[in-house]
Amino acid sequence: MIWKTMKTIFEKTVPGRSAVQLPSLIANDIEIENSQQRGELNLPEVSELDIVRHYTALSKRAFGVDDGFYPLGSCTMKYNPKINEDMSGLSGFSNAHPWDQTKNIQGVLEVIYRTQEYLKEVTGFTGVTLQPTAGAHGELTAVMMMQAYYRSHGDAKRNVILIPDSAHGTNPATANMCGFKTVTVPSDKDGYVDLAKLDEALNDSVVGLMLTIPNTVGLFDKNILDIAKKLHDNGSLLYMDGANLNAILGLVKPADMGVDLMHINLHKTFSTPHGGGGPGGGFVGCVSALTPYLPADQVMKNGADYQLTADTANSIGRVRSFYSNFGVIVRALTYMLRLGKTGTERVGRYAVLNANYVKARLHEHFDVPFQAHCMHEVVFNDTKQQAYHVTTMDIAKRLLDFGYHPPTIYFPLIVPGALMIEPTETESKETLDEFCDVMINIAKEAQENPSLLQSAPQLTPVGRVDSVKAARQPIIKYGA
Amino acid sequence: MPYIPHTQTDTADMLKTIGVNAIEDLFSAVPDSIFLKNDFKLPPGLSEQDVKRVVTTMANKNKTYQASFLGGGMYHHHIPAQVHHLAMRSEFYTAYTPYQPEISQGILQSIFEYQTMMTRLTALDATNASMYDGATATAEAAFMLADITQKNIILVASNVNPQYRAVLQTYCIAKGLTLQTVPFDQASGRVDINQLEVLLTDAVAGLFIQSPNFFGVVEDVKYLSGKLHAKNKLIGQIITEALSLGILTPPGDNGVDLAVGEGQSFGLPVSAGGPGFGFLATTQKYLRKLPGRIVGQTEDNQGRRAYVLTLQAREQHIRREKASSNICSNQALCALHSVIYLASLGKKLRELALLNHQHSLYFQKALIAKKWPRTFSAPFFNEFVVKTSNNAAVIQKLAEHNIAAGIDLGRLYPELKDHLLICVTELISQDDMENYENNI
Repeated sequence: MIWKTMKTIFEKTVPGRSAVQLPSLIANDIEIENSQQRGELNLPEVSELDIVRHYTALSKRAFGVDDGFYPLGSCTMKYNPKINEDMSGLSGFSNAHPWDQTKNIQGVLEVIYRTQEYLKEVTGFTGVTLQPTAGAHGELTAVMMMQAYYRSHGDAKRNVILIPDSAHGTNPATANMCGFKTVTVPSDKDGYVDLAKLDEALNDSVVGLMLTIPNTVGLFDKNILDIAKKLHDNGSLLYMDGANLNAILGLVKPADMGVDLMHINLHKTFSTPHGGGGPGGGFVGCVSALTPYLPADQVMKNGADYQLTADTANSIGRVRSFYSNFGVIVRALTYMLRLGKTGTERVGRYAVLNANYVKARLHEHFDVPFQAHCMHEVVFNDTKQQAYHVTTMDIAKRLLDFGYHPPTIYFPLIVPGALMIEPTETESKETLDEFCDVMINIAKEAQENPSLLQSAPQLTPVGRVDSVKAARQPIIKYGA
Repeated sequence: MPYIPHTQTDTADMLKTIGVNAIEDLFSAVPDSIFLKNDFKLPPGLSEQDVKRVVTTMANKNKTYQASFLGGGMYHHHIPAQVHHLAMRSEFYTAYTPYQPEISQGILQSIFEYQTMMTRLTALDATNASMYDGATATAEAAFMLADITQKNIILVASNVNPQYRAVLQTYCIAKGLTLQTVPFDQASGRVDINQLEVLLTDAVAGLFIQSPNFFGVVEDVKYLSGKLHAKNKLIGQIITEALSLGILTPPGDNGVDLAVGEGQSFGLPVSAGGPGFGFLATTQKYLRKLPGRIVGQTEDNQGRRAYVLTLQAREQHIRREKASSNICSNQALCALHSVIYLASLGKKLRELALLNHQHSLYFQKALIAKKWPRTFSAPFFNEFVVKTSNNAAVIQKLAEHNIAAGIDLGRLYPELKDHLLICVTELISQDDMENYENNI
């Protein structure tokens, strides 16, 4: 296929053309003065068919889970069931107005309540909120709750958050948004939290540890119970970044590990689509000691009625407007109802099986920095390919030519040249085999014909994109 | 089993390749005391048709209306059919953040078009790729204000949407900023200028106003900008009804430093409050202070026009604790809805905005005959406040006729007991208005 350079919608404008017809006016009076009215409105003038062709063409220059295998580590790109979309689009939901009285939107509140109950059961927590809109937003909510907890216990001098060196960048950025300092805790040679270094970092200024479980090198930290005890003995809290919950869903309840509060990404573990970067859905669960600090306006059940809790004195307040990304919650609940008990108990098992299968098939061809059984994702690096001047970037770009979305690359930061592969449980053995065959072939190409990789991709709508130029002379809008 | 394709043979073959006997063996790192410790008390899984029945039953528990006059930050507007059809192409909605630009040009270009449209609508130089919602965009903008000015008091007008003020409060407490509220003038419904003067102390970073404000009233934004700038402070304008950008003087032309708000009106249903999307636009001067994703135009290795996520040195995955925000997603799919919506409306967005204004003004005048006087004298856009005889009774009676009467302001502002906030969009017909009038 020959890809033509796309015009922008602005370049398709023909003055006088239009895609809509407005209803007839029933009145002409205007009270907004001319001085309060804008001048020219510089928006495109195109027909409906122009729009349909333009955005259909753009969609062909995008790649989703529906297009092919998407082993983007830490992002849990599982299949997004179609029924979820249909349910979210029901007019009873999409037309429900958030300012309507709660008695008129009982269906909305029931969806939120039932989702909360399911998540309480799989996490083991007693307190929950679905208000956060994304994973990072859930992190922020949780860190605000930790802050409020210590402030109300007269221990506001605690101002340090511990963060493993393998953590997502959102963890330190979140701590900073709450005015906390961050201290990095190194990993040991096996990829686990270095317990001696953790001991050194613990003192009476520590609010808590933000720990991703399983961690970002795809390992379950075997010392988790010790870590939790060390935190609690220090009067500190253990926060779990639940981005990787998919690995242990249906196997381990985070509350049983000694976790005090955590966030979950509904768009990862609970199959709601990522939408090219959002909308997502967050969730925060916590132990009873932290429930007074949950965001305001929690949904509760009183007899047959669903109601909102009154704003309590200790709540951190609202973290977003209205209920949540409600449409995302409908999708997640639909998925939960489909899975039920048996389905839920299989998610973690098959996610981990798939990742270990990929590891077993590729470990002779790509270097594996950590040897233990991996969880839902496996991290390789480009050590073996460096001899041929081939990098992780080249491997990723070559995968594009074979029709795959590449793995997450150059993350976690503690593994130079990392290639992080997360297959998810929804991929079949055949898909994994085809992918592994391609990866093995790429490893062979790296030896025999490295320029094939270095010049990849060839078959995509554009070749390698110059991101340095984009940052040096930012052009962030069309035209003047 | 739903969504897991493994046959028993597949599983056996895979375990053999891995070299373990059972899937559970892969979890040897998990301490025994917590592995499968508790049974999961969950109901059995349901077939697709059963799930459909259960979820549809919940959807049907929400009251549906012949006509809804509810607004207040979430607006019922007509959505042209192509918006949903195109945005829900699965190449778009099942994609992740466009980290791999070579296979993500479609999403990147749609965001570039979004950024172009939002800068044009706001008459500001720079915007990010969208944020969670209008309220969190406002909170992030407050952090920008404090960072730019290195001052720690944020002022917010009391006629800003109460949900937004609540979120601002939450974020300010966490960050250690002080939020102070500027009252509104009881006659005009606008920000009380005299009270503002008193609050403009040295430690103030800036002011957030909303225009049109929560009462639908258009503020004198230009005057307020001048006032703030004269004291070397910044001003942010919140816009919860994005459609108003079609007719009102844009924030940039009024000297506003930061425009933030909710874009739901551009092609998304109200959906109990989300997902919509937040927007955040500013002047060139503060481009590198923006939180969130930004798409930039560049070239590929053959000199062809291409797009990529850019200015990432501001962001959490590079800067970690020094990032401008922790945000790492946007509401890309919602922004895509808005791009298709705005391309569809085009220059007619102005006409639609004007129609909303004209029809709401018409209805407000009609209600005078029902002895429901208008509360605020300043011009409004498509929402207005009236004094009723008894809000509870009115709301109840109209609900019986499948009309959502408006927002009971007494719940939110004790001084406005029995005042109703009424919104009229293009979805309200003349019949709907007459039905309303005939039942009060």
